[in-house]
Amino acid sequence: MDFPEELKYTEEHEWVLVEDDVATIGITDFAQEQLGDVVFVELPEVGDRFDVGKSFGVVESVKAVSDVYAPVSGEVVEINEELPDEPEILNNSPYEDGWMVKIRLADAAELDDLMDAAAYQEFVEKD
Amino acid sequence: MRKTPLNQLHRDLGARMVEFGGWDMPVQYSGVINEHLAVRNAAGLFDVSHMGEIEVSGPQAFEFLQYATTNDVSKLIDGQVQYTALCYESGGVVDDLTLYRFSADRYLLCVNAANTDKDFAWLQGLHRDSSFADLTLVNRSDDYAQLALQGPQAAAILNKLTDVDLSALKYYHFAIGPVAGIEMIISRTGYTGEDGFELYCSAADGPALWQQLLAAGAPLGLIPIGLGARDTLRLEKGYALYGHEITADIMPLEARLAWITKLNKGPFVGREAMLNAKQAGLPRQLVAVKLAAAGVPREGYPVFCDGKEVGYVASGTMSPSLKQGIALALIDSAVAASDAQLEIAIRQRHVPADRAALPFV
Repeated sequence: MDFPEELKYTEEHEWVLVEDDVATIGITDFAQEQLGDVVFVELPEVGDRFDVGKSFGVVESVKAVSDVYAPVSGEVVEINEELPDEPEILNNSPYEDGWMVKIRLADAAELDDLMDAAAYQEFVEKD
Repeated sequence: MRKTPLNQLHRDLGARMVEFGGWDMPVQYSGVINEHLAVRNAAGLFDVSHMGEIEVSGPQAFEFLQYATTNDVSKLIDGQVQYTALCYESGGVVDDLTLYRFSADRYLLCVNAANTDKDFAWLQGLHRDSSFADLTLVNRSDDYAQLALQGPQAAAILNKLTDVDLSALKYYHFAIGPVAGIEMIISRTGYTGEDGFELYCSAADGPALWQQLLAAGAPLGLIPIGLGARDTLRLEKGYALYGHEITADIMPLEARLAWITKLNKGPFVGREAMLNAKQAGLPRQLVAVKLAAAGVPREGYPVFCDGKEVGYVASGTMSPSLKQGIALALIDSAVAASDAQLEIAIRQRHVPADRAALPFV
């Protein structure tokens, strides 16, 4: 299982990559493996605003429905348009092609509440 | 939690295990979609040892089963299998099952794992209260391991391991003979809609049979299949699953199972309630639908027609073969008989669902 060093992580198994004031968000390798074959992805619209911890999308595998929660507050500036048509990208490339949304940070201090790769790996292995 | 004789083999194969009806069972090995497509295109091997087996024997076994089950047992010949159900006096379903006839006075019922104890107690109660005294009921569930070998390559794989003439074994018939040197019931039945076999051997021989079949079948594309794909495979064929399409509160006639409900065969448990319900008009009917947009219909989601809630999804999934949402929904009969547009409520959206013919695939 993969835990890229440059990402931040949540206990809900989302990852965050911060570039300037924009956070790219997806679900982790662990999350996609737990879900199994992803068959449906529901994303928000550009311009939607989310508070930290609120559900911004849904990922469904054959057997399960999972909400995806905003790791940070802010406005959606871009969504991965390919995901709804090819949800299996989430299984094949959770950290790159499988990114879900980009959110403009409303409060950069929220990033301090996220885990680094080592802490997330420990969290997952304890689970 | 109960374990089948193959539990350790599943773990060795890296299966993801889940609790199912009180049993510790593999839900997937390589992935639900991959497993599903393997069964459709080549072959898959399922451990279904959790299923229950109840033996009914004795001079009055036939009369008793004719009274206890909904289908017409007089149609069965030795070596034949029949899909049937046990019902309550209310007409609701105790369980659905396959009935094997060994001889006029010896039968085996293969029942759902989670219902085995309930079914056995129900049959014992019927036996006690009925006039069919001269028979014996034995719960033989722990004696058997059961494997299902399913898919277009199933016969070719089994042929490698047995001298039994499979070409003479018709659908819903069984033979008794050795496979890989192990004595068993070879039944040409299944729950996938593909050609295939259900193999009943002694519990102790289960692991060896599993390994021999996997080894013989691997070159032909055989892989192990978990409960996840077992569910998507049966749903694509529109097969009922107890607890979903049929329950204690749903009559077989409402669940498209009139074909196993022989109201003219004579008295049987539940018949009176069914005749009454039929005369009064059945309030609900099971219908098959395909989502007309992206989404996954799931059990319990409400079904709407003209803005009014008319029923619910009994089973739903993303069909791996069609890559489309499919569902069996129990809805108001009048709406079912019309061709009015249905919608399934998925979270905040109402997604149009078109009527479909069964099987879906």
